[in-house]
Amino acid sequence: MRKKELKLIVTFHTTADAMALEKAAKQEKLKGRLIPVPRELSSGCGMSWKSEIEDKEKLLAVMKETGIELEELHECMV
Amino acid sequence: MIYLDNAATTLHKPKEVIEAVTKALNTMGNAGRGQGDASLVSARTIYDTRELLANFFGGKDAREIVFTSNSTESLNIAIKGLLVPGDHVITTVLEHNSVLRPLYEMREKGIELSFIGADEKGNIQIEDIENSIKENTKLIVTTHASNLTGNVVDVKKIGDLAKSQGILYLVDASQTAGVYPIDVSEMNIDLLAFTGHKGLLGPQGTGGLLVREGVEVLPLLSGGTGVQTFLKTQPLEMPTRLEAGTLNGHGIAGLHAGVEYINRLGMDKIREKELALMWQFYHGIEAIEGIKIYGDFDTDCRTAVVSLNFKDYGSGEFSEELLEEYQITTRAGGHCAPLYHEHFKTKEQGMVRFSFSHFNTKEEVEMAIKAIKEMTN
Repeated sequence: MRKKELKLIVTFHTTADAMALEKAAKQEKLKGRLIPVPRELSSGCGMSWKSEIEDKEKLLAVMKETGIELEELHECMV
Repeated sequence: MIYLDNAATTLHKPKEVIEAVTKALNTMGNAGRGQGDASLVSARTIYDTRELLANFFGGKDAREIVFTSNSTESLNIAIKGLLVPGDHVITTVLEHNSVLRPLYEMREKGIELSFIGADEKGNIQIEDIENSIKENTKLIVTTHASNLTGNVVDVKKIGDLAKSQGILYLVDASQTAGVYPIDVSEMNIDLLAFTGHKGLLGPQGTGGLLVREGVEVLPLLSGGTGVQTFLKTQPLEMPTRLEAGTLNGHGIAGLHAGVEYINRLGMDKIREKELALMWQFYHGIEAIEGIKIYGDFDTDCRTAVVSLNFKDYGSGEFSEELLEEYQITTRAGGHCAPLYHEHFKTKEQGMVRFSFSHFNTKEEVEMAIKAIKEMTN
């Protein structure tokens, strides 16, 4: 298995939330992608969004824009 | 990309299905809403598909087939349309949320529920069902095969038991329709829920519920039917009784082509190819240290699914690495089967599911085996 790195992970309650964030992130040219939720985090939706740690400010802006609550943002080794 | 998530949706559809949907989009009006050519094309296609599906599942009449948008809708119609407070229902821990959630909802309204547990391999025992039958048992609901492990349930035995006790039997055939022969008459199945987008190789948004003649199901929806306009209630006649609103004629045309394709190629041939790929995969990875495979592999009577975990790695992590590094699509997580995960103690870890189609190739399976060997090395 690959070596884990510290990343930003956003979890969601619904697939629609995940799609909204992905779309907004792409519009803002934020790097990242949808991945299965890491087992350390529990979530209602099986998908989560992975971004690089250094993009935190941009990601927070995208989350705010799409109405994703702050507690859905995690720092996690994946 | 190697697509091994066919238990969720078969990605590769026969070209006949794609052509049939395209043709329908060019020619179909609204079935039963007029006598013009376009409307009749739609009405005839839908009726032909009813007939095709009734024959396919051992029904006696085309009017036993009710079209829905998927198994979930079919199961909701059956469960909510059959049960009243005070009824007792027997089901199993293998079930998908499409069965469990409507049942939980009905439990809030006063039905009683019994769950049949599974053994180490994930199988249920018919005796446990027999022992759970009570005076007020109205319905037994089981899947035909688990979407998580691929274990097949002996629906004929349960059907015989249900019939002997005067209990209705509802089968969720989401994972088997189009792959395993189903004959509702011979198997004593009263209601069969199926979806179009998996083994039947049709479009998403198609599916149905076979309701055997004489079984009374109250409608979940009421509305336009194109007939008996001045009646204030949903018509009593099947299948119209359970079909309010315009049907997905375009999708049903595709479903028709999918079933015809299966009949032409032969269901046995399709299943043998899928199972051969499944066994190739299973034997390629079973001996890898740290791999745990779930379900019953001591029988050939199973669907083409292999679910596994590696050590205590999260299933999502494993699945993601397969996708990112090897472009292999699988499914991770809970698979909408909460009780079965609790049974296997994989609530937190989930499982990585590999599910095969007859359109997959030996070479693809070989690449998946090689990828897993590399990853777990």
